[in-house]
Amino acid sequence: MLKYILRRIILVIPVLILVSVIVFFIIQLPPGDYVTHFAAEMAAQGETLTQEEMDELRATLNLDRHWFVQYLFWMKDILLHFDFGHSFNYDEPVTAVIDRYMALTLIVSFITMAFTYLVAIPIGIYSAVKHYSIGDYIASTIGFLGMATPNFLLAIILMYFSYVNFGDPLLGLFSSEYENAAWSWGKVWDLAKHMVIPIIVIGTASTAGLIRIMRGQLLDEINKPNVVTARSKGLSESRILFKYPTRAALNPIVSTFGWTLSNIFTGSTITAIVLNLPIQGPVMYNALLGQDMYLAGTWLLFMAILTVLGTLISDILLAWLDPKIRTEIKGG
Amino acid sequence: MKRLPLSKKLFSKNNTDNEVGSKIPTDNTEDYYASQWSLIWKKLKKHKLARFSLAFLIIFYLGVIFADFIAPQGLQEYQSDYSNTPPMQIHFFDTEGNFHLRPFVYGIESTRHPETYRKVFVEDRDVMYPIQFFTEGKEYKLLGLIPTNIHLFGVEEPGEIFILGTDGMGRDLFSRLVIGSRVSLSIPLVGVAISLVIGLILGGISGYFGGWIDAIIQRIIELFRSFPTLPLWMALSAAIPAGIDVVMMYLYIVIIISFIEWTGLARVVRGQFMSLKNEEYVLAARIAGVSTPKIISKHLVPGIISYLVVAVTLAIPGMILAETAMSFLGLGIRSPATSWGVLLQEAQQIDNVALYPWKLIPLFFVIFSVLCFNFFGDGLRDAADPYKR
Repeated sequence: MLKYILRRIILVIPVLILVSVIVFFIIQLPPGDYVTHFAAEMAAQGETLTQEEMDELRATLNLDRHWFVQYLFWMKDILLHFDFGHSFNYDEPVTAVIDRYMALTLIVSFITMAFTYLVAIPIGIYSAVKHYSIGDYIASTIGFLGMATPNFLLAIILMYFSYVNFGDPLLGLFSSEYENAAWSWGKVWDLAKHMVIPIIVIGTASTAGLIRIMRGQLLDEINKPNVVTARSKGLSESRILFKYPTRAALNPIVSTFGWTLSNIFTGSTITAIVLNLPIQGPVMYNALLGQDMYLAGTWLLFMAILTVLGTLISDILLAWLDPKIRTEIKGG
Repeated sequence: MKRLPLSKKLFSKNNTDNEVGSKIPTDNTEDYYASQWSLIWKKLKKHKLARFSLAFLIIFYLGVIFADFIAPQGLQEYQSDYSNTPPMQIHFFDTEGNFHLRPFVYGIESTRHPETYRKVFVEDRDVMYPIQFFTEGKEYKLLGLIPTNIHLFGVEEPGEIFILGTDGMGRDLFSRLVIGSRVSLSIPLVGVAISLVIGLILGGISGYFGGWIDAIIQRIIELFRSFPTLPLWMALSAAIPAGIDVVMMYLYIVIIISFIEWTGLARVVRGQFMSLKNEEYVLAARIAGVSTPKIISKHLVPGIISYLVVAVTLAIPGMILAETAMSFLGLGIRSPATSWGVLLQEAQQIDNVALYPWKLIPLFFVIFSVLCFNFFGDGLRDAADPYKR
């Protein structure tokens, strides 16, 4: 088992290197660079930059080199100094910008994740136990709608309802009076209120998917001989349900934990833009549009690393939980 | 759940061969000779949801083909006097309660709201505009070939018909929705076609030859899959140069959404090829000296085609959503071209939606088409699987 984990971790390293190269390549793809963007901004304010000034600026920012050389510089700083470069738009180190938004991003992501599991597993169990009942049909319909509705549009619909019913679209994560206030119970309550829509919106797609997996797995398990045996021994129905089929059905749910986590993290991007949440989504969207290449690149790299790690975690969990795969690894 | 007696008995894993023969109902023996496709079709017809979905999808795509004909107005037409008009009601009964076989709309006039001073539109019950069918309107080319000016419906001047209301510039939402569906519903098809070609070639090579080629292709696929889809799409869309023409834009978007999608199809192809290539009939063909390309095209591809059709159908909804999301954020299709995502841009501001809720209508078209593809794909999967009850 340990050997398998080690081998998987070693295999991840070349993938990460290639991913980072591709990320950097994509980030520098847009025509023009930060200097042209900067010059355009200056021109809008009535100042013009001469060609020489622009070239000079490019040279100081290393933007005149081949992209691969730029990439090597970037990687060197990351690996040696944990320096992800400089955000041109914020005029700050990238790490400082990300730092500022990371706490709230993590809070939103993890609460969404908890919401997803807390809602999906009980509904999945209910749907499987009472399958083809009205409740099952309702859950399945909502699940299907949840998967078909793009997150960001669900966000608009919920905002609309909130606006019509409460007179407040609940944009952002804080009301204006709490925006810059110190933490207090009032602020926490305000945050909790504003978090309802984002969590529902970001969590719906994953929840719908998990309900379907849970229901399908449990339906497969519920008629197995061990369940029949347990029933014939006279065990109570709830005991049977939780002791055997639910435990087996939870396997794929637990092992997809890594994927779910990275899905929620990346899936929140557009929703966050629409809802104007002070988390990573909108910041990075603007970085992409404003050719703030190191900020955008770091974010894309971060997302990619998270996806790779998510898969790694899932693979390891799968091997750990599933005896069949475990013996396969031991055998070969 | 209705049982399908024949397929159940014919394909059930537990039955041995001689048992099958005795259990086949006599009136269904034609199924013995039926092709794979007619068997699938037969099962699909029993799947109600899939049947309805297929019907709606056909209607949607007919709409795509005849968009110019169905839309009463062109993409560029606007009536600045009628910005943000709510959807108009179509009437059969006039104010006196008389029934009109030909439906009609009332004229509209704008007034100021007494408190907010916002422009509001009310029906002007004094004038009636009967809806004309096959009426003359703006010139266009039917199917891109036949120049004509006949539209499905419309009203006579100076009447206006906005069955789904208008947008902020006074453009008819229904027309834009129909014309926008051309982009929104064709991008997934083209995207899936590109993904399918790449997936077939790479997945096929990987599965058929195995060995080190397989190992390399698998690593490439893993690499592509280790990218977060949405952020990658955003980054790539941001790289599309501004000010390029609509056709190029369209191509860029198709390529971007196929960028990751092909890996899924390649995996399906590879898995199927791997299990099929060891079947006796393939071995027999190889011993008989059939060339590799011929084995692949004549023996392997037909064997996996039902899986492919299912995988392709289920890949489409994701692509519809991807295009909508990109265009919605202003990273995809840009005006003057339009798609459902572009139409939804007006719904980005909450005030706009609160005042003019009909701007959310394109949303329901997105959801509906995605659901139809999902249900149809599910039905197809059940129908294509011979072991399914």
